[in-house]
Amino acid sequence: MVSLYLALVLVGWISIYSAIYDENHQSIFDMSQGYGKQMVWIVTALFLALVIILTDFKFFSAFAFPIYFFMILILIAVLIFGSTISGSKSWFQIGSVSLQPAEFAKFATNLAIAKYLSTLNVNFKQFKSVGKMLIILLLPSLLIFLQNDTGSAIVYVAFIFVFYREGMPGAILIIGLISVVLFIMTLLLNPVAVIITLFVICVLLVFFMKRNLQNLVILFGMFLIMSAFILSVNYAFDNALEQHHRTRINVLLGIETDLKGAGYNVNQSLIAIGSGGLTGKGFLNGTQTKYNFVPEQSTDFIFCTVGEEWGFAGSLVIVGLFIALLIRIIIVAERQRSNFARIYGYGVASILFFHFAVNIAMTLGLFPVIGIPLPFVSYGGSSLWAFTILLFIFIKLDSYRLNA
Amino acid sequence: MIENKAYEGRKIVIIGIFIVIGIIFAARLFYIQVINDKYVLSANNNVLRYITQYPARGLVYDRTGKLMVFNEAAYDLMVVPKLVKNIDTLQFCRLIGIDKEAFIKKMKKARNYSPYKASIFEEQISKEHYGYIEEKLFKYPGFWVQPRTLRKYPIPAAAHSLGYIGEVSPMEIEANPYYAIGDYIGKSGIEKAYETELRGKKGLKISMVDVFNREKGSYQNGIYDTLPLAGNDLYVSLDVELQAYGEKLMKNKKGSIVAIEPSTGEILALISSPTYDPNLLIGRIRSKNYNELYADSLKPLFNRALLAMYPPGSTFKTVEAPIALQEGVVTPATTFSCGGVTASPIKCSHNHYSPLNLIEAIEQSCNPYYWNVFRKIIENKKYANTREAYINWKSYVNSFNLGMTFNTDLNIERSGNVPAPEYYDKYFGKGQWRSMTIRSLSIGQGELLVTPLQLCNVVAIIANRGYYYPPHLVRAVSRNKVREVKEYEKKFTKVEPRNFEPVVEGMYLAYNGSHGTARRYKMDSIVMCGKTGTVQNPHGENHSLFIAFAPRDNPRIAIAVVVENAGYGSAYGTPIATLMMAKYLLREFERPTYEEDMFNASLISRY
Repeated sequence: MVSLYLALVLVGWISIYSAIYDENHQSIFDMSQGYGKQMVWIVTALFLALVIILTDFKFFSAFAFPIYFFMILILIAVLIFGSTISGSKSWFQIGSVSLQPAEFAKFATNLAIAKYLSTLNVNFKQFKSVGKMLIILLLPSLLIFLQNDTGSAIVYVAFIFVFYREGMPGAILIIGLISVVLFIMTLLLNPVAVIITLFVICVLLVFFMKRNLQNLVILFGMFLIMSAFILSVNYAFDNALEQHHRTRINVLLGIETDLKGAGYNVNQSLIAIGSGGLTGKGFLNGTQTKYNFVPEQSTDFIFCTVGEEWGFAGSLVIVGLFIALLIRIIIVAERQRSNFARIYGYGVASILFFHFAVNIAMTLGLFPVIGIPLPFVSYGGSSLWAFTILLFIFIKLDSYRLNA
Repeated sequence: MIENKAYEGRKIVIIGIFIVIGIIFAARLFYIQVINDKYVLSANNNVLRYITQYPARGLVYDRTGKLMVFNEAAYDLMVVPKLVKNIDTLQFCRLIGIDKEAFIKKMKKARNYSPYKASIFEEQISKEHYGYIEEKLFKYPGFWVQPRTLRKYPIPAAAHSLGYIGEVSPMEIEANPYYAIGDYIGKSGIEKAYETELRGKKGLKISMVDVFNREKGSYQNGIYDTLPLAGNDLYVSLDVELQAYGEKLMKNKKGSIVAIEPSTGEILALISSPTYDPNLLIGRIRSKNYNELYADSLKPLFNRALLAMYPPGSTFKTVEAPIALQEGVVTPATTFSCGGVTASPIKCSHNHYSPLNLIEAIEQSCNPYYWNVFRKIIENKKYANTREAYINWKSYVNSFNLGMTFNTDLNIERSGNVPAPEYYDKYFGKGQWRSMTIRSLSIGQGELLVTPLQLCNVVAIIANRGYYYPPHLVRAVSRNKVREVKEYEKKFTKVEPRNFEPVVEGMYLAYNGSHGTARRYKMDSIVMCGKTGTVQNPHGENHSLFIAFAPRDNPRIAIAVVVENAGYGSAYGTPIATLMMAKYLLREFERPTYEEDMFNASLISRY
């Protein structure tokens, strides 16, 4: 895991170099440029990792909730005292350094969830425990949402994988999937068309299943619920979502082609990645990268640099590295004896997976543009520190698994 | 602990989801990176800027090697509206020197043309202004400067012949895709006729730009770049000094002068008056000046030398005589009596002793004489009827290139008019017309129309005693540093050379005889031959025509002068023609007093 971590960090550092590359500051250690600064973040992150390794493993379990509540306080503080960068009031500026509490809230919440689920014999059928769990998630999510950083707020949905592993009915996942499909269909077509299609499917199902009253009632009931959902989609879309969210979704679905505004980012991203071909244009030779056509290229769209300069081969390597890391985390999590460790491990994988999947999907035009970084690779001190902490806590817990 | 085992299977689902997402990404990546070309093209579009390298347009020299047209550098401000983001409009307007409304209007125009393609924002910024702007232009993404050349005329003469260039129109682009919007193309005169020679070949520079449209270097080290090829220079047959002299002589008069070198058909001077300074029609000022010139009631843009048609009047006698001699219906000694100013059916313009022979009738321009000559041709028993005889006569006239065009490099011309027999059939009824009916033709009036160019060519034919080279403006084109001379085919009339001698004698006597209509302007240093023509004009005063050539043997210049509404042929046509011939043959000569008169004469009040 550590080697995979280091590999990704290195890739990130090199890509940032290419993305920000300025002929006048050619040294990768140049502190005035992003890549120099990233180096500082990397070094300090490694230092943090070391600190964590040296800490007693029991510390994390014991202090899970205090850390969590501390983070909540910080999140409230940033709403009051924080600075606004790019429209989000999510930053503390200390000297020349900017820190983003939302990043750190991720591992704090993970600790809290792991602690909570491992202490009681939590039953997903118990409304009270489910409720408390949701509150642990909703609290930071809401506070981050208030910062106007929608992307980071949505991250907490990732915990659904943790719950699934711990016993939540799989039906929830399926319901989630169906909701998303219906949502998209309704936006692409009109509600009436979708309801009619649904009706046809239900009729077909009637032919294939056991025709007893119970099944028919359930089927009819579900049909009604889904129809209601479909009808509410447009209303929710127009009223619950803000303009730029709507635009991004529309651009994604192809309803709008806004090449200048919201669509510009994705279009440039696709152009950069797509023009990479099989083997890419070579290090520092990416024209879209070099000439700054992709916005946010060192942060959210860092994958474009890889895509353009290293082509399909390079992109596949990155995807592979991430998948490998995730699978490794799951396997290590499974062999934990302590519930706390296992649940925490799943949390790490879920959070990383969410970032990885959404970020890359965004660059490939498969998901609306929301601002979340690619872990370990994107430029940013807070992000790198927070993910490093997230991962190394788990590494630490794992190294003591035999002591559970 | 028990739950641990119970749901352990679920790890497979979760890992499965990870792998599926990974595969989806791999597939998508494969599609956009390997299979789909679209993004490579878009990437190039973003990054590559195709900058046209404009070649120098060919220069134009006169026959003595003097420069008539050259190029001057100017700069266009180009814009791609889509790339114009977040600029300080006020500062930009101040930099370029336009106001905010103009800016908005121009941006709208550019956007209407295309938001993605380049178009001209501001035309022809001067060299000095360009340097100042270029420095600061990086602040305004989407704008850049394109250098180009304008035409300049060191001697403001021959505007009609040289023509002018202007921006290519959408129709012209459609006809020839070599042109792109913003290119220049010859619109009239030599600029148009020799467009393909003069324009050279555009070059291309492909450079890479960043998101702010700043140039970052050559694409692929310039292996796809092409150098522009300069246009070919032209050597025109005009003598610019003679041309300028003639334009001065024709100042404040309407009409034209055409001078040709008979041995080659090269046009020495082509003057249409009123004329204009060719420097008026270049660059930014062209539109405005063109409109003003167009609206001028004296029509300075109209090239009278090539397009204005007049009845040839008495000058036509020089065509009739050879035809009659060739047909054998008269001899040089044949006489006809003349009743003077009261003669019938054709009056003579003045009283003179009678009878005259063919030669004297030219010297003194006797109308009744030539009416009789014409009658003889048309009533020739050799032909079955009037119509047949007329067709024969017409074919002679056509062989002098009257009623026809030359189709050389002049770009525009009119054919004049020699009526077809069908015309008279229709007007009078078939078989209903005789020589008497069409008698006006005998004195060069009636339906007969010629252009000054055709008239000059006629006198060139006489000078050559029976043939001509089609008149043309360009004698050589410089290609690959080699002067390629244009060759034209000699054209013969239907009249043998010996039948021209009497005409030549008559024209000689016009200057040198005691009764010659041009005797007042005889010059001792040159043997000139000429013929006056006074053309009746129903709208006002008669037009003054004069044709001449010199010297009598081995002639070097043939000239035709038309001065509208000037009265008698000898009043203006003769002195001007005489001065022109003297200027060309002698260069420096003692100026007779009437030169000054001609410079100063103004007939504007008659127009």
